[in-house]
Amino acid sequence: MRYLEFEKPLREIESKIEQLEVYASSRDIDLSSEIKPLKDKLNNLLEEIYSHLTPWQQVQLARHPDRPYCLDYIRMIADDFMELHGDRAYRDDEAIVAGFCSIGGRSVAIVGHQKGRDTEENIRRNFGMPNPEGFRKARRIMETAARMRMPIVTLIDSPGAFPGIGAEERGQHLVIAENLEIMSQLNVPIICVVIGEGGSGGALAIGVGNRVLMLENGYYAVCTPEACAAIILRDRTMASSVAGTMRIVAQDLKNLDLVDEIISEPLGGAHRNPEATAVKVKEAILRHLSELEALDGQAIVEDRYNRFRRMGVLYEAQMPGLSPVN
Amino acid sequence: MAWFRKKKKFTNLNTKEKKIDIPKGIWRKCDACEQYITTEEIKRNLFICPRCNYYYVLPVEDRIASILDEGSFEEFDAALASKNPLDFEGYQQKLQNAQKKTGRYEAAVNGIGAVGGLPVIVCVLDFSFMGGSMGSVVGEKITRAAERALNDEIPLVIISTGGGGARMHEGMLSLMQMAKTSASIGRLKKHGIPYISIIANPTMGGVAASFAALGDVIIAEPNALIGFAGPRVIEQTIGQRLPDGFQRAEFLLQHGMIDRIVDRKEIVNELKPLLRHMFYNQSAMRNQESNSSPKLYAVRKT
Ligand SMILES: [Zn+2]
Repeated sequence: MRYLEFEKPLREIESKIEQLEVYASSRDIDLSSEIKPLKDKLNNLLEEIYSHLTPWQQVQLARHPDRPYCLDYIRMIADDFMELHGDRAYRDDEAIVAGFCSIGGRSVAIVGHQKGRDTEENIRRNFGMPNPEGFRKARRIMETAARMRMPIVTLIDSPGAFPGIGAEERGQHLVIAENLEIMSQLNVPIICVVIGEGGSGGALAIGVGNRVLMLENGYYAVCTPEACAAIILRDRTMASSVAGTMRIVAQDLKNLDLVDEIISEPLGGAHRNPEATAVKVKEAILRHLSELEALDGQAIVEDRYNRFRRMGVLYEAQMPGLSPVN
Repeated sequence: MAWFRKKKKFTNLNTKEKKIDIPKGIWRKCDACEQYITTEEIKRNLFICPRCNYYYVLPVEDRIASILDEGSFEEFDAALASKNPLDFEGYQQKLQNAQKKTGRYEAAVNGIGAVGGLPVIVCVLDFSFMGGSMGSVVGEKITRAAERALNDEIPLVIISTGGGGARMHEGMLSLMQMAKTSASIGRLKKHGIPYISIIANPTMGGVAASFAALGDVIIAEPNALIGFAGPRVIEQTIGQRLPDGFQRAEFLLQHGMIDRIVDRKEIVNELKPLLRHMFYNQSAMRNQESNSSPKLYAVRKT
């Protein structure tokens, strides 16, 4: 287990508990009377730390190195996963995972961003930042799924689309736009779940769903807090102070009506109990899928169009001319 | 010397501090070639330096006049205005300043007009209004333009100068406009109404990565900066300098991302045949078909 700065008070207690447990089992003695108060203390501490998270702490949790990633969820919620590779044009981008699987006995296409667990894997998966070929692979699998009348589940967890020379040469802006257009037209249900980081256009490129759900400690933003801080305060290191202003955590987005449901995480975050988190993710996906199954293909497209059509906050100003500016 | 300066300017252009506006006064130095020109001269030349051919941002009114038949333009949705939904510090003031400066409520102008007698729905982004960035209102206006084009069965032309991308001050509401506008373009395409996207310098981020990139035909002005990530962000990420001409229109044409690069003054002359080929020469055929098969979706009237 790795600890974030604000999680560090937990480390001491947890390592003590572990020591005692190891000792107790090796000597075959009962230390439960010693362990119990420590566990109570741990739970109190967890409660204390995690029930009042700041938006910046939630962003850090969304990026936690032990947080379950896309393939972890696929392993925990899906059967018969058949990963499918490549964009049929350039290469296989491992920052995106795609394929078919069954969830709760129902065949679906699954597409998600994939981060690496260690340096070697992160290099291979480009820290979950797709290049155009990754988005093109996602699109290919989603289009195939629609032809097969197979619902689509996407798991969003990316810092953003990769900003690189090759990415621009191969039309990063173009493939993102095309994914938005194409996803809006697919005639099968699409359920998107933000499981960690929702990094701007790179997240949205697999995020045009009939339902967009979000784990409690995920974030979803137009740009990273670091980028926002760099623009407004001219200092990337001030990210913590703009994270709240940006309204990017699950509850903010639910309040803005941009996210349909928040999936709660176990106390301490998804990484402290991946299995329990996965159970909830699976339940939510299946519930929304069965709701959407009542609709025919055309109604599904309409439903998705209307979901995004109503987004935006604006008003009709007094005409003619501008209202007095002062 | 002039060439060197011009190059230098391009690599920095889409960042905030290098906004090139035409200053007031009769005489001025061209930012690119440093020769003296009159503001009248440059306006007459569609904001292209008559000495060195540098493309300044073309004001919305001049853009409309440059492509639509005189007197044919009729604006709609002019009164849509932004709120400050996130209570983002300073946004209200920024909006008011931009409104004062431009004399309009937001960074997009919608209207109906004609090109050589052929009706079009047009939307023009205003770079001088917060960098032509897309918040709720710009997204709504693009969407309404596309829906009107579909409803009236008139081709859509959008002229993007959207260096600001998705407007940060409206956060996720801005990002969602990318999906909303792209979906409305998707409908248009499904029904065979042409959409011509014209991209001017600079157009980046959320504007480039949504409706601007979705034209049936994409035309760019010479040397326009177009891309997803800003050059500075890329340089910081990869830790190296970008090659000359990176993300310029010529680079995009070479990599197959746009259809044509067209001089500002020639755009109107290219629009006419395009509109005829793609739509007006086909109207007899289309009428026949639309009589036999009804539209798939009802379009909401605004
Ligand atoms: Zn000049």
